[in-house]
Amino acid sequence: MSALGVVGGIVQPLLIVAGSPLLVGLMRQVRAKLEGRAGPGVGQPWRDLRKLLRKEPLAPRGTSEVFRSAPLVLVATTLVVAVVVPFVTTASAVDPVADLFAVVALLALGTVALALAGLDTGTAFGGMGASREMTIIALVEPTLLVAIFALSVRVGSTNLAAIVSSTLHDPGRVISPVSLLAAVALIVVIVAETGRLPVDNPSTHLELTMVHEAMILEYAGPDLALVELASAMRLSVFLGLLANLFLPWGIATAVTPAALLIGAVAVVGKVAVLGVALASAEVFLAKLRLFRVPELLAGSFLLSLLAVAASFFLA
Amino acid sequence: MTLAAVGLGVAVAVGALTGLAAVVVPVRGRSTVVGIGTAVTGVAGLVAGVAALGGQTFTLVLPGVLPLAGVRFTLDPLGGLFLAVTAGVAVAAGTYGISYARHGLDARPVQAVFPLFVVAMLLVPAADSVGTFLLCWELMALASLLLVLAEHRRRPEVASAGRWYAVMTHLGLIAILIGLLVLTAHATNDSFAALRNAAPHMPSGVRDVVFVLTLAGFASKAGIVPLHAWLPRAHPEAPSHVSALMSAAMVNLGVYGVARVGFDLLGGGPRWWWLLVLALGALSAVYGILQAVINTDLKRLLGYSTTENLGLVFLGVGAAGLFASSGQHVLAAVALAAALLHVVGHAAFKTLLFLAAGSVLHATGTRDLDALGGLRAGMPVTTGLFGLGALAASALPPGTAFVSEWLLLQALIHGLPASGAATAIVMPVTVAAVALTAGLAVATFVKAFGVGFLAKPRSTAAARAHESPVSMLAGMGLAGCACVAVALAPAVALPSIGHAAQAALGDGAPGVSGAVTLRLTGIVGSLSPVLLAGSLLAAALVVAALLRAVAVRRERRAARLWDCGAGPLSARMEYTATSFAEPLQRVFDNVVQPETDVDVTHHEESRYLVAAVAYRHRVPDRIERRLYQPILTAVAVWGQAGRRLATGSVHRYLGYGFYTLLGLLIVLAVTR
Repeated sequence: MSALGVVGGIVQPLLIVAGSPLLVGLMRQVRAKLEGRAGPGVGQPWRDLRKLLRKEPLAPRGTSEVFRSAPLVLVATTLVVAVVVPFVTTASAVDPVADLFAVVALLALGTVALALAGLDTGTAFGGMGASREMTIIALVEPTLLVAIFALSVRVGSTNLAAIVSSTLHDPGRVISPVSLLAAVALIVVIVAETGRLPVDNPSTHLELTMVHEAMILEYAGPDLALVELASAMRLSVFLGLLANLFLPWGIATAVTPAALLIGAVAVVGKVAVLGVALASAEVFLAKLRLFRVPELLAGSFLLSLLAVAASFFLA
Repeated sequence: MTLAAVGLGVAVAVGALTGLAAVVVPVRGRSTVVGIGTAVTGVAGLVAGVAALGGQTFTLVLPGVLPLAGVRFTLDPLGGLFLAVTAGVAVAAGTYGISYARHGLDARPVQAVFPLFVVAMLLVPAADSVGTFLLCWELMALASLLLVLAEHRRRPEVASAGRWYAVMTHLGLIAILIGLLVLTAHATNDSFAALRNAAPHMPSGVRDVVFVLTLAGFASKAGIVPLHAWLPRAHPEAPSHVSALMSAAMVNLGVYGVARVGFDLLGGGPRWWWLLVLALGALSAVYGILQAVINTDLKRLLGYSTTENLGLVFLGVGAAGLFASSGQHVLAAVALAAALLHVVGHAAFKTLLFLAAGSVLHATGTRDLDALGGLRAGMPVTTGLFGLGALAASALPPGTAFVSEWLLLQALIHGLPASGAATAIVMPVTVAAVALTAGLAVATFVKAFGVGFLAKPRSTAAARAHESPVSMLAGMGLAGCACVAVALAPAVALPSIGHAAQAALGDGAPGVSGAVTLRLTGIVGSLSPVLLAGSLLAAALVVAALLRAVAVRRERRAARLWDCGAGPLSARMEYTATSFAEPLQRVFDNVVQPETDVDVTHHEESRYLVAAVAYRHRVPDRIERRLYQPILTAVAVWGQAGRRLATGSVHRYLGYGFYTLLGLLIVLAVTR
């Protein structure tokens, strides 16, 4: 555990927790502007969280501890990921956990907790959301792991710090076909994992189309605040991961205030750019039917498989 | 006398005595005696297995027991690992059986065979000659068959399951028998040492035949596709503690067989052997979990999940063989260690899951997930333990299967740059298969746990469910502790597993080291399951503390669920296991090919009025239908044709005998 890792382990979660609602606000604002609306402002998600935290906690009848602890598990998994993944510094606070497989599996664990909570309510909505979410997760997982495989073969390790450092030292790899194919595959997967258009519409409450919102329909007050915060954090974490796997420049490699500041600004900037791009793209996209989503994921799976093939034949 | 010898001796003696005692003791105390006896057998076996893993060894030759060849036993680390796993499962299953067997399973034959089944399974990995091995193997098969049939009077499906099992296990035995006899024919005697010496000098064609035949036999015992057809029938129909023994311990011996014959006796082989093993493993993993995710019968689902997990193990064994055949011994050791660790982890969580399923069956009388739900209120401990098992099975951190699948993926990743074009094509596809399996396993166990134990009860039986007796909870608790231990501290078991892998591969690469953090030696890779679980816990505590500081502090108020303003929700409005899996079933429609029949009965007066609608939905096992149905039909046709020869006339039968003898004499006269 190096000093750099410890500093990163403290700065990163603070940055992600504070910044992720702002990212969601920024994306909503961009969308509103592009659609010709005024928009509520970038700070609105934080104001919503403050309001929710002040509300009375509820316990819907017929739900159990599984329902009540799921938001906690969801935030905790995302928080661990925020600590260990190299966002601001190349070293990781808990290096043996900063494994790409472990990170992906941790994020899946959060989704599973939420799906169980949805089933636990015993309502049709909860079951529907859980069923759809697990279907998407089951299909996303292969693409995600094969894309990881493509990225880690050239480094010879699945350790995130190793992958990021290797890209830093050898910038030419970024424009290789392997990286490009894997990047496209990962973008599709991240859109699916974070429940954005065209896979899921985060602003819908129509029973025919809800996925994530159906699972969390019974949450209110502080519980809902946790779930909303965790969703925002997941989005930031995934976008930050995408940014630093392919474009890690700016990340701090030494413990100096200047380097840390540049690292923090760089990751905020990269995530903001990606978020704005995603929000702008969403304006032009309609939600896919649930049973068309597998075709999209199959396409991205093919790309990731091509990436692995390329990594062998071009090596 | 080493500890290993004493342990195995005590295990066999106690097991045999327990079998005898079951016949003598009156029905009231019988299940207690048998349960405790089996658990003691297991403890003794565990001691022997651990001692053998630590390097102790012994050889026992009893020339007089079997005619011609005699009986030979020995223990090495590879056998010791499988012995320890089997014994561990027996401890949990025996403890569980004390109360579980009181409900209609305390007849003499069933109770007497149960400990003998355990003894036979303990002896298989200790056998040191072909004759001994086959004898123990067949004893194990027969004992398990009798146990599968325990409830045949109550449920007619049991008889059909028993027939499938009897036929397939014996076809498997024949394949192994022929394979090992061909091998023995080239050696001086039937001891494994002699086979080891003879194997390098055998023609490669004969080696191929031996490997393929034994692989077929062992794969059918392990429930590997396409020889799995018996497994999802026999495992659910057996009493649950027997299911646990079969699904967590007996199937492993198929893996043992492949490792023993492929690596140890034949000393490795050409690349295509291992590609075959790997392909079978990948196919089984994906197909097994696909069937499991769609199935709504809790025990059948677990049976298919066994096929999936053993598929992953075969995949690891195949990868290890592939690496060994191209000279990458470090990677081979890692892959085999991953496979063996998965055997250990799978034994722990599958025991727990089958025992918990048995408790559910005991409390509600049904295994149908569509009729369960809401069990967390009536049986909180069982619910918690099943949840632990489900987490362990779904390859999520901090679960049991996560560590072994991580190791397996590490081996596959590092295998890609190292060797030729065949590996370059195989490795990504294999990783994709492992990944798809992992994703579907998550969905499967969310379904099993979420639909079966959470939500509202879907039947009156589920609403009236009650917690199991103490000994059943203790049995499950033991298995649960094993799950937690393997999940958090695999490093404790890994050096021993490394010894077993070394014993199999026959070289000195340790593969994995480190107490808290697993570090792969020779290749880059490290993971710390303990730190992962610890940081998760710490993060949860931090979040909870912050929430207490920031959020308003008030008691939770009970509130109505959102029912669209239409009055209270009933259990009929819930998602069932079938509806939960429907999207996935639709996605994999081309693979699983479900059958749906809708019969509409009209009123007599008018075609426009509907009297009744019957809806039937079934997901048949497609491989079974495509592969087995034609064979069964052909056999039936052949049998029908044969009946024309057997009319019942004695004169005719005498005539057959006479002409056969005549024909034989003529053939002999012409050829001599």
